[in-house]
Amino acid sequence: MRNIRIIAKREIIGYFITPLAYIFIVIFLSLTGAFAFYIGRFFTNGQASLESFFAYHPWLYLILVPAIAMRLWAEERKTGTIEILMTLPISTTEAVLGKFLAAWGFIGIALIGTSPMWITVNVLGDPDNGVILASYLGSFLMAGAFLAIGSCISALTKNQVIAFIVAATVCFLFTMSGLELVLNFFQAWAPELLVRTVASMSFLTHFNAIMQGVIELRDLVFFASLIAFWLFVNIVVIDLKKAS
Amino acid sequence: MTEKIVLKGLTKRFGPLLAVDGISMTIASGEVLGFLGPNGAGKSTTMRMLAGFIEPTSGTAEICGFDVTRHPVEVKRRIGYLPEGAPAYGDMTAESYLGFIAEVRGFDGPEKRRRIDAVVDKVDLGEVLRQPIETLSKGFKRRVGLAQAMLHDPEILIMDEPTDGLDPNQKHQVRDLIREMSVDKAIIISTHILEEVEAVCSRAAIIAHGRLLADGTPEDLLARSSDYNAVVLTVDAAQEDAVRKGLEGLDAVKSIKKTKAENDTVELRIRPRKSTLIAADVADVIRARKIPVRSMFVNRGSLDEVFRKITVDDKPVDDKAGGKGDA
Repeated sequence: MRNIRIIAKREIIGYFITPLAYIFIVIFLSLTGAFAFYIGRFFTNGQASLESFFAYHPWLYLILVPAIAMRLWAEERKTGTIEILMTLPISTTEAVLGKFLAAWGFIGIALIGTSPMWITVNVLGDPDNGVILASYLGSFLMAGAFLAIGSCISALTKNQVIAFIVAATVCFLFTMSGLELVLNFFQAWAPELLVRTVASMSFLTHFNAIMQGVIELRDLVFFASLIAFWLFVNIVVIDLKKAS
Repeated sequence: MTEKIVLKGLTKRFGPLLAVDGISMTIASGEVLGFLGPNGAGKSTTMRMLAGFIEPTSGTAEICGFDVTRHPVEVKRRIGYLPEGAPAYGDMTAESYLGFIAEVRGFDGPEKRRRIDAVVDKVDLGEVLRQPIETLSKGFKRRVGLAQAMLHDPEILIMDEPTDGLDPNQKHQVRDLIREMSVDKAIIISTHILEEVEAVCSRAAIIAHGRLLADGTPEDLLARSSDYNAVVLTVDAAQEDAVRKGLEGLDAVKSIKKTKAENDTVELRIRPRKSTLIAADVADVIRARKIPVRSMFVNRGSLDEVFRKITVDDKPVDDKAGGKGDA
C-alpha cells in the first residue's frame, strides 16, 4: 500500500507541475457545462435534475480520458524512466495501481469541480439528490473503466499518439456496443448469446441504468470487473515487454 | 561470505539474437568490476538482468544470495542502478525526484532529509536542486542519476557508463567517488574509456558477442599486450649497433626494433620473452658498455591494444560475414 501511495503521489505531482492538470480541468469543466447548457438544454427543459449534464459524460470521456491515459506508460517507455521505475523495489502491480489511482483520482478532482452545477439545481429547484449522487458515482466508475483501458493500451507502445487513438477506438466500441448500429452488425451472423454479451458490455447501458438512480450490484460489478480485467492485462503487458 | 554477485551461465536471447551467451562470474565486496566491450556486446543487457529490469532466458544471477528472477524486490532493494543514459523524470526538480526515490527506498521524515542531503553533497548537486531535471546540463543530469543510485547506500552498485558525457573534471570526480565507495560495496561499471578501467577498476571483464572473453585485474590484461614490460631506449644513432650487440646475448630479450629515428637519435623497443621484467638486465648491459642513454623507460603495454586483440581476433566463426567486432 505504501508503495502504491508513493507512486500515486509522484504521478499527481507530475500532473500539477506541468500545465496538463490545469488545461485538462478547465477544458473538462467548460465542455461539461457547454454540453449541458447548449445541447442538453439544461435551463429550458424546466427540470431540476442533472440528467442533461451527465448524459454527455460518456462522450466527453471518450476523448478526455484516453488523453490522460496515453502518457501513463508510453511516456515512461519513451524517456527510459521505466527502467528506473521497474528497478526500484516495488512490484509491477504496485506501479500499475499507483499510476492508475493517481489518474483516476485526478479525474475525480475534475469531477468534483463540476459541483457548482449540483449547487445550482438545488438553488433553482428541488432535485432528487440521491439520483445525482448515484450519477456521480456511475460517472466516476465509468471514467475508471475508460482509464483502465487507456492505461493498458499505453503500456503497449512508446508512442503517445498511437496510445491515444487506439484507446479512444476501444473505448468507443465499449461505449457503443449497446446501440443498434453495433448490434446489427453482430446480429447478422453471430449467435444470440454473443450478441447479448456484446450488448451487455455497453458502457452506455450500464451508465444509463445508474443514472436512473438505481444502483444495482451488477452495474457496479460490471465497471469494477472491467477495471480489474484491464489493469490485470496492463500488469502482464508490463511484465512481458517492459524492456522492448 | 563476501561474494555479492554470482552469475551462472547467464544467457539472454532476443528472438534470433543471442545478446548474452552464458556468462559466469562472481564479484565480491570491495571489487570494482569494469565491463569492457564493443557497442552491442551485451554489457547493458547483462547489467539490466542483474538490476532485475529484464529476465534471463536461461542461467541464473544471484545478488546477495537472492535470485534475480525469484526474488526481484529483495534484489532491487540491495542494488543501486544507473541505467544507460541516466533517465529521470524530466519535469520534476532534482529535489522532488530524489525525494520520490528516497520514499520508495523506505526513508521518511528526517532520515529522508539526511539521506538526500548526504547524497547531494557527495555528487555536488546543491546549486541545481530546485531546477527541473530536463533543464539541467548533461553533466548534472548524470549526477542526478548517480545520486538516485547511491541514495540508499546499497551493497551493490551497477552503473552503465557512469562518466559518459561528463567533462574531464567531472569524470575525475566521479571516479574518485567510485573508488571511495568501493571499500564496502561490490560495484560494476561499464565503460568505453579504457583509461577509466585502469583508474578505478580492480578487475576488468571484456565482453564481445555476449561472451566473456577475458576477466582479470587491469594488470593481468595489460600483460597480454605484446609491449608489456618492453624497454624503450633512446640513444644516439651511432650507438645503435653497440646496443644491439650487447643485448643480443641476453636470453630474456625476444626482439629489438627501431621504432623511431629522429635527428641523430634512434628509439629502440626491446621486447622481453614471456613478459618478464628485463629493465635491470638491459641497464646492466648499457652500463657495462658505457653507452650514453638519452632516455629509457619500461612500457606497461596498452589496454587499447589488448582490447582490440581480444574483441577482434576472438570473433566467433559463424559471425565472420557480419563484419562486427570493430571497437
